[in-house]
Amino acid sequence: MNIAKPNSYRSGPDERGHFGIFGGRFVAETLMPLILDLEKAYTAAKADPAFQAEMNGYLKNYVGRPSPLYFAERLTEHLGGAKIYLKREELNHTGSHKVNNVLGQIMLARRMGKKRIIAETGAGQHGVATATLCARFGLECVVYMGAVDVERQQPNVIRMEMLGATVVPVQSGTRTLKDAMNEALRDWVTNVHNTFYCIGTVAGPHPYPTLVRDFQSIIGNETKAQMQEIEGRLPDSLVACIGGGSNAMGLFHPFLDDPSVEIFGVEAAGHGLTQLHAASIAGGRPGVLHGNRTYLLMDADGQIQDAHSISAGLDYPGIGPEHSWLHEVGRVNYLSATDDEALAAFQLLSKLEGIIPALEPAHAIAKVMELAPKRPKDHLMVVNLSGRGDKDVPQVGDILRGKK
Amino acid sequence: MTTRIDTRFAELKKQGRSAFVTYVMAGDPDLTTSLNIVKALPKAGADVIELGIPFTDPMADGPSIQAAGLRALKAGMTLKKTLELVRDFRKDDNVTPLVLMGYYNPIYIYGVDKFLADAKTAGVDGLIIVDLPPEEDDELCIPALKAGLNFIRLATPTTDDKRLPAVLANTSGFVYYVSIAGITGAAAADANAVGEAVARIKRHTKLPICVGFGIRTPEAARAIAEKADGSVVGTALVDALKNSLDAEGRATAKTVNAVAELTAALAQGVKGAKQAAE
Repeated sequence: MNIAKPNSYRSGPDERGHFGIFGGRFVAETLMPLILDLEKAYTAAKADPAFQAEMNGYLKNYVGRPSPLYFAERLTEHLGGAKIYLKREELNHTGSHKVNNVLGQIMLARRMGKKRIIAETGAGQHGVATATLCARFGLECVVYMGAVDVERQQPNVIRMEMLGATVVPVQSGTRTLKDAMNEALRDWVTNVHNTFYCIGTVAGPHPYPTLVRDFQSIIGNETKAQMQEIEGRLPDSLVACIGGGSNAMGLFHPFLDDPSVEIFGVEAAGHGLTQLHAASIAGGRPGVLHGNRTYLLMDADGQIQDAHSISAGLDYPGIGPEHSWLHEVGRVNYLSATDDEALAAFQLLSKLEGIIPALEPAHAIAKVMELAPKRPKDHLMVVNLSGRGDKDVPQVGDILRGKK
Repeated sequence: MTTRIDTRFAELKKQGRSAFVTYVMAGDPDLTTSLNIVKALPKAGADVIELGIPFTDPMADGPSIQAAGLRALKAGMTLKKTLELVRDFRKDDNVTPLVLMGYYNPIYIYGVDKFLADAKTAGVDGLIIVDLPPEEDDELCIPALKAGLNFIRLATPTTDDKRLPAVLANTSGFVYYVSIAGITGAAAADANAVGEAVARIKRHTKLPICVGFGIRTPEAARAIAEKADGSVVGTALVDALKNSLDAEGRATAKTVNAVAELTAALAQGVKGAKQAAE
């Protein structure tokens, strides 16, 4: 396909929420007025210095930002190539990058006078972040989570409940993240007047992909400033894992117009791309689901297919629409890592750096293990360490013991 | 251009009665049974047929219709076969309006232009696509109107007077008023609130207004029929179908009749309604 290169990769979306052919507002009429209200509220908030000032206060003192940009010396030595930096999003309060976006959306919900918050969650990281901020601001919180994910991410289910949230195990469909999102949308349609839907990734109907990206862009903005301070220049490459793609978009977006920066997104290849996987760009094509047009895994009839990943957070048959566009215009390279590669990376980072990563960013580390050795020693590579692995310890422990 | 939908509502208006609109899922529980059900609906008193296009992720549907779609998909239903079903139905019935209802992705993947041509040839009269609000009219609505199909829009309790003109702008055939904020088969619609909403929409359009979501019984259908140009029943029929299946979810000798009998009872309810006040 021949697609004209845009003047800027950072100007999207258009006023109707499109990134090229991707994005849009494919939702039931019941939700449309609310989505238009949200867009208005977000535009007003963005222009209000008090909103940003309040956000900054919580980001610093509640979330614990800025997150460090850490030189992974032993991993660098081990791989023998590029100089690897970890953007330590796993050190945020609640243990992942998810809190950056949830804080922004909860502040918006408060501005809009909404008292009830709903969210979908896969690995539970977004659910925990939402439950946390709902506790902090005294809001009712209902989290939809696929029944399969409830089973494999028990620590996060317990955390959400301790924080006062109601966790609803979703039994429909494949009982994972996509079904949790269906069920959250059904709740929203039913309780549209008092409820704010806090979407966890850069997907869904416009304006969600944009506002989640904007709230997550603090990751890339900090990285840019920190790298300038440490190395006096831009990084040469960025690597991040992608389910819906919010941690990746947050890191990538501020660098999209810096042509010297190579950018790699890593999808979950599950058992391998010829078998069950969750790599929408590698194995899917454009379709319409959950409010947006984007790359999706589906059959010849347009029925959505089951995704599979060892990581609940990447186990989704779609990807954010802006990623689909960045793929088609060729600005970002989309790779994929299998369950086994992610498990190996999980163990390597734990042993070399004393950092147990979540299974999601372990996919990014897996590709760093391939990319870094092929790069010169003065190549600066940044990996988004988007979450910590505490939640995965029981699951990975079982797998490793089973293997031994 | 006049479709079977326009003709049917004009006839009903002359007769001074409200339409009874039935919804069933195409291919539920299998293609043959589904065709027989659709054929039985007009005889049992359905004035308009809505035929669901099965989809894996029906975000606006409750558990009954979700399950119906999954039964159909499991039995191998596709959009192509849905159009075949319509073509077979049209062999014996060239008057009953038939509307396809579903989600956009299967149509998008089939190819919009090819779908519209095939649907028109098969004998489809209109489309209700839940996840295509007026903001996305260029996708399917405008091409459908050009192809001679009605594009029936949903108006909801959240569609206020300011937004109604946008919702109605490219709507044709009839307006489908969703009587509750919610998913199919959930809460019951309050007839008085529905009456007010219908009157409000009538101030903006001359199109017939049918009301759906939450109507399950002949009495409820009658109450709505007195307030609107039509009432839509879906989940109750899908539930009747499901209750007639065997333990493995397969059709039994009772299945077609179970749907037809409830349709007849509901149609009686609608026909007993006093004419809606103009």
